[in-house]
Amino acid sequence: MTHIHTTDLAFEDSAFNVLLGATLSGKTTLMRLMAGLEKPTSGEVWFSGQNVTSVPVQKRNIAMVYQEFINYPNFSVFENIASPLRVARVNQSEVSRRVQAIAELLNLSDLLDRDVSNLSGGQQQRTALARALVKEASLVLLDEPLANLDYKLREQLREELPRLFSKSGSTVVYATSEPEEALMLGGYTATLHEGRVVQYGKTIDIYRKPCNLECAKIFSHPPVNIATVSKSNNSISFDGVADWLCPDSLKDNRDGNYTVGIRPHHLTLSGAAANGYSVTVPGTVQLAEISGSGSVIHLQVQGNDWISESSGIHQFSIGEQVDVHMNLNGCLYFDSEGNAVY
Amino acid sequence: MSRWLVPTLYIVFLLLPIYWLLNMSFKTTNEILGTFALIPLEFTLDNYIKIFTDPAWYRGYINSILYVVINTVISVSFALPAAYAFSRYRFLGDKHLFFWLLTNRMAPPAVFALPFFQLYAAIDLFDTHIAVALAHCLFNIPLAVWILEGFMSGVPKQLDEMAYIDGYSFPRFFVKIFMPAVASGIGVAAFFCFMYSWVEMLLSKTLTSVAAKSIAATMTRTASTAGYELGLLAAAGALTIIPGAIVIYFVRNYIARGFSLGRV
Repeated sequence: MTHIHTTDLAFEDSAFNVLLGATLSGKTTLMRLMAGLEKPTSGEVWFSGQNVTSVPVQKRNIAMVYQEFINYPNFSVFENIASPLRVARVNQSEVSRRVQAIAELLNLSDLLDRDVSNLSGGQQQRTALARALVKEASLVLLDEPLANLDYKLREQLREELPRLFSKSGSTVVYATSEPEEALMLGGYTATLHEGRVVQYGKTIDIYRKPCNLECAKIFSHPPVNIATVSKSNNSISFDGVADWLCPDSLKDNRDGNYTVGIRPHHLTLSGAAANGYSVTVPGTVQLAEISGSGSVIHLQVQGNDWISESSGIHQFSIGEQVDVHMNLNGCLYFDSEGNAVY
Repeated sequence: MSRWLVPTLYIVFLLLPIYWLLNMSFKTTNEILGTFALIPLEFTLDNYIKIFTDPAWYRGYINSILYVVINTVISVSFALPAAYAFSRYRFLGDKHLFFWLLTNRMAPPAVFALPFFQLYAAIDLFDTHIAVALAHCLFNIPLAVWILEGFMSGVPKQLDEMAYIDGYSFPRFFVKIFMPAVASGIGVAAFFCFMYSWVEMLLSKTLTSVAAKSIAATMTRTASTAGYELGLLAAAGALTIIPGAIVIYFVRNYIARGFSLGRV
């Protein structure tokens, strides 16, 4: 059983909201509660100033797209898209006009007469998205809709989605487990961890200023690098191998140990320390991966497992001693409870 | 050559009794008893003509088809909601209840012949089509529930939710979306109900006498009263194969899933 803990979450109206969290963090459960597919054991669900906790699914004026491609198997593509309009008894010419318009947007115009079972995965998911769009629902729930698509289609649809839904004025909630996806979609993000909402706000704000270590971990892929540093007076010391000036935000806090979090792209191994990469620490290469245009290097730095992600292809042999340059602008500081200090 | 040999032999052995039945049905009883021939020497259609013109014979078919159809309709329409509940909801003792259904199929029909006879005689249901149809439900509803549950569990639950989200009420969803989605399952379940009811002899014979006398009963009684009319019996037997052959044609692509009770 998934449990959602005491959570107060108010999504921004008529905006693109992202639910970001690992698998089993409660994204789907939260969506099912919003949809009315599940009843909360306690607590309430409100929509547009109305308590909808006991309103049945059918009456909620919502649309939903699942990760699995769910369409009505015995309907044509046209009838699949038209289905919510048919139930609402919209007249035939209006149905026809709206379905054609949506099909045009999603490049489904040539497939309208086809049987859904004969479509490719991407086409099936487009059909599901079209059905969600055509309804002009006030709340649209997208539960990892792109996760089962191949990556080219995923990138293409990811670009189109915010544009498609921005016109409709619907409140959109999009669940994903990928931090990049949240960033690309923009809008607002709520980070989830083990059934708890960690933080909610503008996506870019949350990315830049996660409220605690948990949130920083959720919002970083590859995972955020962590180390313990100690502050005394105006300087920060990292295990005696490097010292740097305490940032302004940390100046007024008490001396002692802090956790520093630094995202992989704020570490570089190549070239001289330049452009803000002002602190250098020694490290040992554990594993080097090349991802097209960049390199992902797994390092051992003062007993911590770190990952550096930098552009350009760099070859390292395992066990090689390297200088790791850190960009201090990318450092996040957390106190002993894991809360961010700004 | 050897690739064809084994399947050919197999098919020949399988078809041999059916061929012999057809062979006999075109012979006179005298020829059947007197000579051994691979094809009818005195070809005759009299046996078939007798069946199609004598009410005592053709009523047997009509009666059988009537109660079989009634049984199939009842079985499938009761099994549909039951199978839906078993495939979609968890409730106390659901697994035990589901298995108990199947155990109904394990008892021989003869066990139930006497209680059914007594019960139906007491409430004036004896010798009616509905009597046999209801009696066969004892075996066919559990079978149909098992087959349909298998097919229904192959349909993702999200389809139900999708329909509710789109605004479908439960009955409308069930009829317009869910039933077509498991149409092949309904076909297979109906076929199995039809076949079991069609070939079942003991209950149909026990629960009818004149008005709803089944073809199976007609065949056995004729054999005992008017001597051995083997040609006539063979023709009647050949005709009993036809309804099954017609029904199986419609579900030929799904029949294997039916034998595995709908499970893939």
